[in-house]
Amino acid sequence: MTAMVKTNMQSDIVSSSPIVSLKGISKTFSNGTVALNNMSLDIRQGEFVSLLGPSGCGKSTALRIITSLTSPTTGRVEWPLEESKQKEHELSFVFQEPTLMPWATVFGNVWLPLRLKGVSKKAAHDRVMEVLQGVGLEQFADSYPRELSGGMKMRVSIARALVTKPKLLLMDEPFAALDEITRFKLNNDLLRLWETFGWTVIFVTHSVFESVYLSNRIVVMAARPGRVVNDMAIDAPYPRDESFRTSSVYAGFCRDVSDALHKAMIVGDHL
Amino acid sequence: MTLEIADKHAIPPAPQSVPLDAEELKRARAARREAVGRWVLPIVILVLSVYFWDRLCVWNEIPHYILPRPGLVFETLLADWGILSIALINTLKITFGALLIATLGGLGLAVLFTQSKWIEISFFPFAVILQVTPIIAIAPLILIYVDSITAGLLICAWIVAFFPILSNTTLGLNSADHNLQNLFRLYGASRWQTLRFLRLPASMPYFLGGLKIAGGLSLIGAIVAEFVAGSAGSGSGLANQILEASYRLNMPRMFAALILISVTGILIFLSMNLLSHLLLRKWHESALKREM
Repeated sequence: MTAMVKTNMQSDIVSSSPIVSLKGISKTFSNGTVALNNMSLDIRQGEFVSLLGPSGCGKSTALRIITSLTSPTTGRVEWPLEESKQKEHELSFVFQEPTLMPWATVFGNVWLPLRLKGVSKKAAHDRVMEVLQGVGLEQFADSYPRELSGGMKMRVSIARALVTKPKLLLMDEPFAALDEITRFKLNNDLLRLWETFGWTVIFVTHSVFESVYLSNRIVVMAARPGRVVNDMAIDAPYPRDESFRTSSVYAGFCRDVSDALHKAMIVGDHL
Repeated sequence: MTLEIADKHAIPPAPQSVPLDAEELKRARAARREAVGRWVLPIVILVLSVYFWDRLCVWNEIPHYILPRPGLVFETLLADWGILSIALINTLKITFGALLIATLGGLGLAVLFTQSKWIEISFFPFAVILQVTPIIAIAPLILIYVDSITAGLLICAWIVAFFPILSNTTLGLNSADHNLQNLFRLYGASRWQTLRFLRLPASMPYFLGGLKIAGGLSLIGAIVAEFVAGSAGSGSGLANQILEASYRLNMPRMFAALILISVTGILIFLSMNLLSHLLLRKWHESALKREM
């Protein structure tokens, strides 16, 4: 099992061209803050990339630029795999907050992306129940968000992101507000889903431990101005589980990434 | 997994019939007392006041053309029901007609305002002017310019009632969660879809708050307009009955009409509360507190 996943992954990385390329992206806000300075980054298909850095390093801005919620001051975002310049790039977004509609049931919330594309409740039913099952919430389809715990709300939010079968999943510190036990559990669930469906993930976090556990590539960023300072491969095999979390390999990666992050922050302090 | 096992070892399940401690019992009793008192106390106060009113008339030998005894008011209410019920229906027609137009107009204008900031900037001040000018000062003009008295009355009551709906709904439509707005943009939602699936549901608690105020105000608007119009005849409402009765010093009928107006107001208030509770009970904080 492990070996198979590993070979799949390796072949992915060898064969894959970038799903999205940031080419010299800079963003300066109207108040003069330079959020990003000349950021270039290729995200290849099937990768789990973490953007890691201190607050103000432009991680979230980079995500917003990829979704075109924000436009870059200079530079451009390219989607090499898509023939036409269509507006929707088959991507989904998971916010730091669950961002659910309190007036809609769990089913209604997950149905939303399909509903906006004109899919009726009946036609969406199987698809919605399938993703709810994927995150273990099929019994809560008729519950309202207020009846759920923080972790369950986050699962609904992830289910909503997955219901459109995205190729690229963008996650902006999705587990930052959760307690550690819930967070570890959701980390495992996310990895399991990623291994099953093989989307590309860009995961913004400021936790070294979370980024090492999840990703096969970590992009370390520095603040003032926001920029990429290091690009590290975490080539530990998947599936990863609790035994990986306590292994010396994991500890070693954490040390390396932590060092890189510290260097980035020291450089930032000098500027 | 390990956690579940740890839980089982740590705390034995509590048996169902554990007697509550003194503090919990006290709290439960207090909650029950409050639930009963909420209904019983206002009724007791009402009955006592009516009794005191009656005694006041008897002790001071107040003649019925100055202050009628409550029994006489009640008898008049029954005896004059023919006249009063027609007046009540006329007033209700104006009140609910105005409330309906105020709801549609307030909601429609609020939606228009939130579609374009420029429309809001241009027109909102005029909505405020309509609101702050006392209706009793504009009513005579309106009733002169509008031929149909019913239409005049409706316009007056509408002016009073629409503003709380407009301002509350505008606030509500603008208060939809920003991340949700981003999400809708991300999924390529049209303006109409964003309005229907996000902004309107988000504004519902605000709209219902406005509706509660507007319900009471449309009754006030209707009564004020009737006073100004002052006409007797087939279209006359409760305010006309009060005016006419005052010319004839028919105090019992004035009181009877007054009671009908109050009861109408109370019923409007209660039904708005019920509507709001029914629509929000599943998700909004305001409705949840009741259940706790």
